[in-house]
Amino acid sequence: MAERKLIDARGTYCPGPLMELIAGIKLIEVGDEVEVLSSDKGSGHDIPEWVNKVGHEIVSIEDVDGVWHVVVKKAK
Amino acid sequence: MKILIVGGGMGGTILANNLARRLKGELKSGKARITMLSASDQHMYQPGLLYVALGRMAVDELYKDQASLLEPSIEFHVDPVEEFNLDNKQVKTKSGKTIDYDMIVIATGCRAVPEEIPGLAENSINVYTEEDALNFYRTISSFEGGRVVIAVGVPHKCPMIPPELTFTLYDYFKDRGIIDKVSFHYTYPIGRLHSLEPVSNWMQGEFAKRGVTSETLFNMKEVDGANKIVKSEEGTEAAYDLLVAVPAHKGMEVVEDSKLGAGGWVPVDRNRLNIDGYDNAFAIGDTTNIPISKAGSTAHFEAEALAENIASIIKIGIPARDYDGKVFCFIEAGKDQATYAMFNYNNPPDPKPPTKSVHWFKMAYNQLYWASARGLL
Repeated sequence: MAERKLIDARGTYCPGPLMELIAGIKLIEVGDEVEVLSSDKGSGHDIPEWVNKVGHEIVSIEDVDGVWHVVVKKAK
Repeated sequence: MKILIVGGGMGGTILANNLARRLKGELKSGKARITMLSASDQHMYQPGLLYVALGRMAVDELYKDQASLLEPSIEFHVDPVEEFNLDNKQVKTKSGKTIDYDMIVIATGCRAVPEEIPGLAENSINVYTEEDALNFYRTISSFEGGRVVIAVGVPHKCPMIPPELTFTLYDYFKDRGIIDKVSFHYTYPIGRLHSLEPVSNWMQGEFAKRGVTSETLFNMKEVDGANKIVKSEEGTEAAYDLLVAVPAHKGMEVVEDSKLGAGGWVPVDRNRLNIDGYDNAFAIGDTTNIPISKAGSTAHFEAEALAENIASIIKIGIPARDYDGKVFCFIEAGKDQATYAMFNYNNPPDPKPPTKSVHWFKMAYNQLYWASARGLL
């Protein structure tokens, strides 16, 4: 069972949710997951863009009442 | 009430002084006692390293004796903690002492770890220690032209340093009369030039004026020093003649060794700053895992809120207020222009165009800092 780390980046502007994801994914093992909570409208686009480019995996992405819940699996 | 503050940087020092003033009566009567443990008898003004790296500040100007900055009622010892035991309310120090406390604040900061990217430490320059800043200045002093690449690791202390290094270095080479022989290529980990969108938009225009090229979604993977190429996790490469790095950071080893948090980042409540699972243990500044800027101003504003809360808990049993996420960052936009970004959890930043007056205020703050550390500003 993959472990899941939570990054609650709601209401934070700098360094921002994607930067927090990049930092957080370094701290987990391959196969484990990070869930990012973000109130930044751009996260629905910019997190998947980076995840796909670098070669990790989007497990789920959902907008719940204006908060993005993005789950990413570390693939390498 | 024994209050232990671990770390004598900006956060720990402001907290200690602010708290000592608020608890003047309790300290005098013996009802409270504040002890600070630090790794050094010197206090460094870390933002000054940028100016040392550019040859605009002497190393001596970075330091003051830590004891001279503290209220006399604070017990200060140079004896770094080597083990935290939050469950037993104890720390073990380098000198072999075991120290008990009722309340603890961890403010041990963070450190650049260029060694974690293969080839980076030996093939790049950065501004994160005195030695690195001096090496930076020696390197740029003898640089006669070529391609300067700025590469940024995550997370890093001082989110404004990537644009500041770019703009101030540009002006440095311009002043040396070799700017026509120097090109700049700026890389950044996310899909724009800066984490703050308004800053990124402003940088785009400034880069166009200076001919600075850029690549986003660039996270350093390794540096090939023989061929002078930095490679990214995303599969791209940038050739350089001079590699200017903003290395990734980690929390201090003692935090990781004591199993207080992955990467050395201590998980805390973003408003109360108490360490997860503890009412009597707190962390502030770069030490925490709060997803906001690792910057001196963050440590400063957190320290003020926490000092009020600890004093209030001691006096009336409940905290006074939440930390609201306030951050204030100057942004040097060259050798004589600057702006700033201010924001909190509820209000995004709205930086204004750079001016000379903000730059000169930043120059003044480089001296006023010592009043901040004393808890006076």
